[in-house]
Amino acid sequence: MLPSLVKRQTPSKAMIYLSPLLAIFLTLIASILLFLIMNVSPLAALYAFFIEPLSTVYGLSELMVKATPLILIGVALSLGFRAGVWNIGAEGQLILGGIFGGATALFFYDKTGFYIVPLILLAGVTGGLLWAAIVAFLRTKFNANEILTSLMLSYVATLLLNLLMHGPLKDPDGFNFPESRLFSESAILPILYDGTRLHLGALIAIVAVGLGWILLSRTLLGYQIKVMGDAPAAGEHAGFSHSKIIWTTLLLGGGAAGLAGAIEVSGPIGQLLPTISPGYGFTAIIVAYVGRLHPVGVLFAALLLALTYLGGETAQINLKLPIAVTGVFQGLLLFFLLASDVLIHYRVSWGTKLATKLDAKQEATE
Amino acid sequence: MNQTPEYLIELKGMRKSFPGVLANDNIDLKIKRGEVHALLGENGAGKSTLVKMIYGILKPDAGEIFFNGRLVDIKTPAFARELGVAMVFQHFSLFDSLTVAENISLGMDNHSNDLKQLAEQITQLSNHYGLPLDPQRYVYTLSVGERQRIEIIRCLLQKPKLLVMDEPTSVLTPQEVEKLFVTLKKLSEEGMSILYISHKLDEIKALCHYASIMRLGKKVAMVSVANESTRSLAALMMGEELKDIVHPEVVKLGEVRLAVNGLNLPATDPLGISLININFQLRGGEVVGLAGVAGNGQDELLTVLNGEQRSGVQTILLEGKPAGNLNPNERRDIGMASVPEKRLGHAAIPKMSLIDNAFLTAYQRLSLLKKWLINYNKTTEFAEKIIKDYGVKTPNSDVFADSLSGGNLQKFIIGRELNQDPNILIVAQPTWGVDAGAAQTIHQSIRELAAKGAAVLVISQDLDELMEITDRIGAICGGEVSPFYPTAEMSVEKVGMLMAGVSLEEEASRVA
Repeated sequence: MLPSLVKRQTPSKAMIYLSPLLAIFLTLIASILLFLIMNVSPLAALYAFFIEPLSTVYGLSELMVKATPLILIGVALSLGFRAGVWNIGAEGQLILGGIFGGATALFFYDKTGFYIVPLILLAGVTGGLLWAAIVAFLRTKFNANEILTSLMLSYVATLLLNLLMHGPLKDPDGFNFPESRLFSESAILPILYDGTRLHLGALIAIVAVGLGWILLSRTLLGYQIKVMGDAPAAGEHAGFSHSKIIWTTLLLGGGAAGLAGAIEVSGPIGQLLPTISPGYGFTAIIVAYVGRLHPVGVLFAALLLALTYLGGETAQINLKLPIAVTGVFQGLLLFFLLASDVLIHYRVSWGTKLATKLDAKQEATE
Repeated sequence: MNQTPEYLIELKGMRKSFPGVLANDNIDLKIKRGEVHALLGENGAGKSTLVKMIYGILKPDAGEIFFNGRLVDIKTPAFARELGVAMVFQHFSLFDSLTVAENISLGMDNHSNDLKQLAEQITQLSNHYGLPLDPQRYVYTLSVGERQRIEIIRCLLQKPKLLVMDEPTSVLTPQEVEKLFVTLKKLSEEGMSILYISHKLDEIKALCHYASIMRLGKKVAMVSVANESTRSLAALMMGEELKDIVHPEVVKLGEVRLAVNGLNLPATDPLGISLININFQLRGGEVVGLAGVAGNGQDELLTVLNGEQRSGVQTILLEGKPAGNLNPNERRDIGMASVPEKRLGHAAIPKMSLIDNAFLTAYQRLSLLKKWLINYNKTTEFAEKIIKDYGVKTPNSDVFADSLSGGNLQKFIIGRELNQDPNILIVAQPTWGVDAGAAQTIHQSIRELAAKGAAVLVISQDLDELMEITDRIGAICGGEVSPFYPTAEMSVEKVGMLMAGVSLEEEASRVA
């Protein structure tokens, strides 16, 4: 008696919200199996992953530090995904934001002033915007698939950053290490809570959630985004421009990722390094989907995914687990989420044959 | 048991349900040899479901089929053909790049490799039944009517006992329909049974002996067609008496509201239709009809008129202003509204609420925006006004557009446009798939809008509808629009000629 999937008459609203929870549950089961195979006590591993990082104030602040770029990018990406614009190159846009922001910080190295941080953030937004604009141009002008172009540009961005770190932006007194100078005091984001690394970026991220929510639910632009994603022809009928939506969502995504990049370099990192992101731009895609493409959902999803980053570090230190476990974790989560999402449109039916047999029996007795 | 049973095919208690609908509820049907039996019902009544079970495409939940008096379980179309059931579908499955004979050979269960012999058979059959068809022609060179003949001949080659035809005339001009009926009558005289599915009452009167009428998945009556009038058949089909539309005696013609001058529009995709040198005018107060077989440029014309596609500035004048380069919103500002043929996905957004759908085309004209923000209170009021004014059946204004039935959604869409008081309305297939009551509401509102001084263009494949509600009528064929003539002076035959691209003046001089 094999279970079979039966199409639901209307999509289940409950499953839209239950599906991420089910995915988290399945990820936990799978990771327990994984830990057993690796000969690690699952209990200790899960404790290191999910409890220990949250047991101190410092841990909580670190959670928000990691969640900040995920929230910023996740909110912006979910707008694009709603419109059917698949920008998966936020990582590259983040790196360009880091380069632009970092270069600005280095340019004002010997200056002091309150204007420097806003300039860095602005430069970061510009960098991300420009990188995403290439994708938007190629898409609207030549109909080039934005999934491919945005992804490929991510690798170009990584290499560009490497080139700069080995050349023009290298610290002149750095013994030839591929690192920039440490930014000056004026180029560092203000800390919100003493003794932690919690910085101004966290507030910006929270504001982004609010703005994203209003944009999507109340404004004409948000409405156009939703219509273009669901029924492009209806959008054309209403007079909305498809290429305008492609440009807007890509620039929003690129700008937000660039801002996140500038925040990273002038916040927790404090200098330019060959690697400025542990894949925030890619993880934000998972965040957007786990958060159901809704800005508030994105906030919670970003905290969850940030926890996997923190947990991965703790597990590496305490249990000598490889850092790749974090990636496996995130991958499993997205995998199970996509699988669970089937249940929004389908329900599991345990053996229709049984039902027909019962029917037949009933008819026979009548 | 040598005596032949009275009925060729007999269905008993056929039942089939899909998620959320009971498409066929306990249907009985009997057809004698040589009988042309009509299966009559509105869209969605369950006709297609029933014949798909006869042809082995769908499996019934319950019920028995007797063929030649023997209980059969028709599991596959191949088995149905073996029994002697053949079916001509609404949509053809032909390869454009192959010849007629090659196409027919491919569709046969027992592949005959001898194309020459097959070609002879085709010629013989086509001569016998008056279905002219050259076996060597390539399919892409053939008209829709000729393509249908291929399907019919393909069926006839298998010498079926029962021929099932699913709305065969929806793609034909009236003249082609007449020819088809001659063939079908001949087949019936030779003893073949025909199950003829349609919702066109005139055709059923002209062709069929008996009619089974279905409504909402149930069989409501079986009647002898000779004893019924089209009016009584309509009442049976719709379950209610039809009222006549009050046609104004004198139409007060106003200003020219829409003028189209020498409009050309090359097709954007290779399978599209190019619009060629289109000229016409709509004046305030009149309803103008544009007939035409589907796929002759209707969609293209609607999108170029409403601004989804642009043309030369001077080719379209709205209220006297050049408008060919304006986008849909700029045209709405001038007072144009349009209703595309495709409801879900073009006129409405399937997965958004009726409130959001009300906003789609109305936000500008009704100022539903407060600076940057959508005024949801006002939009909800507007959506609820449409629901109330047009009797849209829905639990509330918050449900998704795709949860409404086709007719209800159409009432909502028409209501959305009409409640904005347009000066110019372009509407495509206003009542396609809509139940009779709703169709009447829609027709009435279109006339009322014209009476208020607006100009209306109705693009429709339904000739009865056009003859009933329009003042002038023309047709589109291959992207060209015929001249328009007063509806009162037109007959279905004349419109049919326009639909086939024949000029009435030339025809008249030819006859004279």
